[in-house]
Amino acid sequence: MTLNLDDVKRIAHLARIAVDEQEAGGYLTQLSAIFGLVEQMQAVDTGGIEPMSHAQDLVLRLRDDAVTESDQHSLFQSVAPQVEAGLYLVPKVIE
Amino acid sequence: MQWEVVIGLETHAQLNTVSKIFSGASTAYGAAPNTQASAVDLALPGVLPVMNKAALEKAVKFGLAVGAEISRRSVFARKNYFYPDLPKGYQISQLDLPIVVGGSLSVQVGDTEKTVRLTRAHLEEDAGKSLHEDFHGMTGIDLNRAGTPLLEIVTEPDMRSAQEAVAYAKALHSLVRWIGICDGNMQEGSFRCDANVSVRPKGVEKLGTRCEIKNLNSFKFLEKAIEYEVRRQIEILEDGGRIVQETRLYDSDRDETRSMRSKEEANDYRYFPDPDLLPMAVSGAYIEQVRATLPELPPAKRERFQREYALPGYDAGVLTASRELAAYFEDVAQTLGGEAKLAANWIMGDLSASLNKDGKEIAASPISSRQLAGLLKRIQDGTLSGKIAKEVFAAMWAGEGDADRIIETRGLKQVSDSGAIEKIVDEIIAANPAQTAEYRSGKDKLFGFFVGQAMKASKGQANPQQLNDILKKKLQA
Repeated sequence: MTLNLDDVKRIAHLARIAVDEQEAGGYLTQLSAIFGLVEQMQAVDTGGIEPMSHAQDLVLRLRDDAVTESDQHSLFQSVAPQVEAGLYLVPKVIE
Repeated sequence: MQWEVVIGLETHAQLNTVSKIFSGASTAYGAAPNTQASAVDLALPGVLPVMNKAALEKAVKFGLAVGAEISRRSVFARKNYFYPDLPKGYQISQLDLPIVVGGSLSVQVGDTEKTVRLTRAHLEEDAGKSLHEDFHGMTGIDLNRAGTPLLEIVTEPDMRSAQEAVAYAKALHSLVRWIGICDGNMQEGSFRCDANVSVRPKGVEKLGTRCEIKNLNSFKFLEKAIEYEVRRQIEILEDGGRIVQETRLYDSDRDETRSMRSKEEANDYRYFPDPDLLPMAVSGAYIEQVRATLPELPPAKRERFQREYALPGYDAGVLTASRELAAYFEDVAQTLGGEAKLAANWIMGDLSASLNKDGKEIAASPISSRQLAGLLKRIQDGTLSGKIAKEVFAAMWAGEGDADRIIETRGLKQVSDSGAIEKIVDEIIAANPAQTAEYRSGKDKLFGFFVGQAMKASKGQANPQQLNDILKKKLQA
């Protein structure tokens, strides 16, 4: 699969990352290199091999259902750009 | 043209854990904004999710209750999309290997039973809440709900009308409460449905293009939204138009659905396995352990009520609408020892009507199962007529105490003393010679007149059966 400039712009938009024309060209080169590597790996015959969902052969550990966190919203909100009535304020989003 | 409606539902049931799915923050409803949003819920750099044991157990419990397959190995994936109430920029969900696969739910639609197949049920985290008003053109974000565990239950497109969809949603709502995995509070958003709706010409196999109606949080809205959407789609198709696949919102004030956003771009969720979470393994022993905690399920209980208490199917269905109601009935029936039908009639009749009127759940009934059994015992042994029993019931509802005490203080004992009834009857016959003569000359209808008079004279306390017998005997003499 080959990537083009439009793909890069679309991915950037989905991630809400501002990318100008010049940067887009640079990302295209870098992303294409990654795709090249993937292509190389895909040439390996993996028929009959179950795909891994994690690099380590371990299973998930679970925690007990208990409240262990306390209210730290003042601390967390001290680094927020804008706060009001306990809410984080962000530029208006409405669909 | 004849159209066929095709509906599939996706339901988000909030699992009633005390802490979040991947953090130790509280899930209690109604806290001040952001006081229950921990570093993990806020997606601060470097934090890692740790899975909640109880969320897994509740998902497995659900799977077993619907006869589904429990995945021995399931995987969490990242669903990427941009929205400010989703601080990580992705929602942790499950895609390829969900915890619950398949299963089905039987639902009663009118007089027929219908089976709705389930595709899957997967674990995921809820997002936060956006408040769009009153912040000088800004949006306020409350992340208390972010990370609350959800079980998303997805059906096959098996429903063919809004009524069927509602019947399914109600059956599911009842089941998740029955097995104790979700409080089912729809106002607080603990149980919400998305409906996928399409139409196709009758007889055609291929599915039409569907629209998804999001966030329906009442059964009434679910029904109305589907009905509106079906009308809208049929109108477009009959005018020669084409349905655009999209997400729509139901506006209950205007009773219509409106386009929310086109899914074409927003739909690119770029799912991939979450590298922060290892595959979740479930052993056969664990599944059996969870199975052992399952209560008797509604279909089994319904069947047992019919068999053990000789109840009609309808009664058994009504009385197993919730676990609490079923337990209440069994308490009354067992205390009463026999005559379960009498218990069923009173619970489905006077008790349900009073609960409805006062907007109370069975668990908050002012009349306990023991008290109701006490009242019914007095009907059984002939102390009370059905009519007087209703009066005692009302007094019990008002908190005047047990049936026996009310009967005593109000002097409501039914008169079953045949001497006393005979005396009343004699007096009535003597006081109404004209009617007596007419009755004896063949005007049978007047019998009711005599019953009425005698009941009035006994203040409604004469045993009706005895009164009938004595009246008949004396009038014929």
